Amino acid sequence: MITSILVVSGIGLVCGVALALGARYLSVEENPLIGTVTELLLGANCGACGYAGCGGYAQAIVAGEAPPNRCPSCTPEALAQISAALGIAPIEAAAREVALVLCRGDDEQAQKRFVYDGITDCAAAAAVGGGDKACRYGCLGYGTCLRACPAGAIEMVNGVARVHPELCISCRKCVAACPRGIIRMVPAASHTHIFCSSRDPGATVRKVCKVGCIGCRICTRLAEGAITMDGTLAVVDYKQPLDNEELPAKCPGKCILKV
Amino acid sequence: MKVSPAPFLFRGGIHPPDSKTATAALPLKDLPLPARLEVSTSQHLGAPAAPCVAVGDRVTAGQLIAKASGFISANVHAPAAGTIAAIREAPTPTGRTATAIIIETDADAPAGEPPYKPIPDWREQEPRSLLDRVAEAGIVGMGGAGFPTHVKLSPPGDKPIDTVILNGAECEPFLNSDNRLLIERAAQVLEGCQIIRHILGAATLCVAIEDNKREAAAALFAAMKATPGDNQIHILKTRYPQGSEKQQIYSVTGRTVPMGGLPMDVGCVVENVATAYAVWDAVVNGRPLTARAITVTGDAVNTPTNWFAPVGTSFADLVAASGGARDNLAKLIAGGPMMGFALPSLEVAMSKTSSGLLLFPRECVRPYRSMACINCGRCVEACPLGLMPNELSQAAEADDIDEAENRHVMDCFECGACAYVCPARRPLVQHMRRAKAVITQRRRAAAQQKKT
Repeated sequence: MITSILVVSGIGLVCGVALALGARYLSVEENPLIGTVTELLLGANCGACGYAGCGGYAQAIVAGEAPPNRCPSCTPEALAQISAALGIAPIEAAAREVALVLCRGDDEQAQKRFVYDGITDCAAAAAVGGGDKACRYGCLGYGTCLRACPAGAIEMVNGVARVHPELCISCRKCVAACPRGIIRMVPAASHTHIFCSSRDPGATVRKVCKVGCIGCRICTRLAEGAITMDGTLAVVDYKQPLDNEELPAKCPGKCILKV
Repeated sequence: MKVSPAPFLFRGGIHPPDSKTATAALPLKDLPLPARLEVSTSQHLGAPAAPCVAVGDRVTAGQLIAKASGFISANVHAPAAGTIAAIREAPTPTGRTATAIIIETDADAPAGEPPYKPIPDWREQEPRSLLDRVAEAGIVGMGGAGFPTHVKLSPPGDKPIDTVILNGAECEPFLNSDNRLLIERAAQVLEGCQIIRHILGAATLCVAIEDNKREAAAALFAAMKATPGDNQIHILKTRYPQGSEKQQIYSVTGRTVPMGGLPMDVGCVVENVATAYAVWDAVVNGRPLTARAITVTGDAVNTPTNWFAPVGTSFADLVAASGGARDNLAKLIAGGPMMGFALPSLEVAMSKTSSGLLLFPRECVRPYRSMACINCGRCVEACPLGLMPNELSQAAEADDIDEAENRHVMDCFECGACAYVCPARRPLVQHMRRAKAVITQRRRAAAQQKKT
């Protein structure tokens, strides 16, 4: 009994001394600023800043390797606090961008070619005969982007993905995940968008979808340079102001919406 | 010559009902020339062929219309004389899209000379010249994968081949195209095998055939009497997937192809019946690969038929020639039911690898719900490779692709035995396919990065 107590206590003592010595002589100095900045960042570890996580980005900020406004989800207040903590002049927040699914061809508007009953994954569905959606540019609706989103900002509405802009943290994971490549980053300040990605000619689009761009070019005239044509698809140029209120009503393809 | 039951039997496998009776006794029929052929430039594994004709050109039967673009690629020839109507993107039976050359055929065109010089005295020829013929004739593995045959027949010098195996298993249910080819043209198929043996310098020719194909075995036996050299017939136990290369090598020779390896690593080359026939046709008759046997069957087609049809025939034309589809048609499959591809419509053209077209009625394709894995282990028992489909599919489902890769998902050849036995009806093969596609993509990206 007494031996056991002594042995265990002895082990405890030896280890304690070793740890104390280790803490004294092997410790690594870390700039306390890194901790402060990490606290102020969102903590989503989404990677949108280009670093492995919030910790890595904080390290880079403190080391002066990166400006503190690379985090797309950082609020202006947090940014101001970070600038204050670093002792630098307050830096302007970069314009916020949000993801946008450029398709509104849901189960009612767009046709399907066949019944798909495989696994719920857009890439897997696209590998089966090119996907069940009749439009080869349309949202397949099997939620690959939804599962990639770390912020829970994507919802499937009637078989089409929709991003809630207020929840989007601009990490671009959905952009990379979409096998159709129809998710685009747009300025959060813009509200008028063209919800179609089809590069098929108008006649083909009409056949398969009720809300597709038919390439009629009416919007390009109304938008005065803010909408350009990419082949048969109208594309919004977000660098130009687009404030024509008539656009949604004038689009015969019903794919221009103000949201 | 030696006839014997195959001495070994691979692990796992399944026994689906073979459903071959509807077409087993029907002789191959030549399909009347369709008015339009849609010849894809991607009927093989590897780089698509590059079209070498222009819209409006007149072509003769057997003329080269798309050139192989690289070593792993294959030539494509015009199946019939006619005019090039268009060159455009078209769906392939495997579910992708590729450039296709559309030919408006000319039924009155004279047959003409074969495009290549026949080599009836191939026994006296250098293997090299015969190999070139196989390459120029655009021959690919016609069992389904479409691997260019000239690549398979040029193993590196440190991998000598001693055994050529003719794969006559046709273990996929419903299909009879290989079976009929063997019954009706056994001598030609065997001569094709001899040519392959000559090219490879192999000593032994093994013909592997399942024990449910008595008639084909008898035809082979009769034809083989006249064949010189070390020839063997191995009767395989009927079990799916006996027709898979690695499983068949084990059944016939007892050799195990190493993980991630190729048959040539164990001194074997396995060739499909239709491929051997195409090799014979290319060498002895000088004709490129432009037509093949295809079984059109299933409960939703009026007259199930074994056709000998030109490549590029649209499935719609094939079905129309087979008496049309019934109203209750609900599912189309190009190839066999186990490894074939579901088709979105009949507006797809058959390729060099299309061994069958299956039309199933609504009763056969009840929708199902797949459930969570119940860990019963039947898929593990069924997997002919000894993989664990349960673990693999769960890893893929959880997006843990690294775990799937560590557990050798890349070795899976998608035979579907696991999904066939799964009581929870899990789409196991689709999970593997997805995992494999992601891994292939990653490896390609990594290779690209290394290059730049």
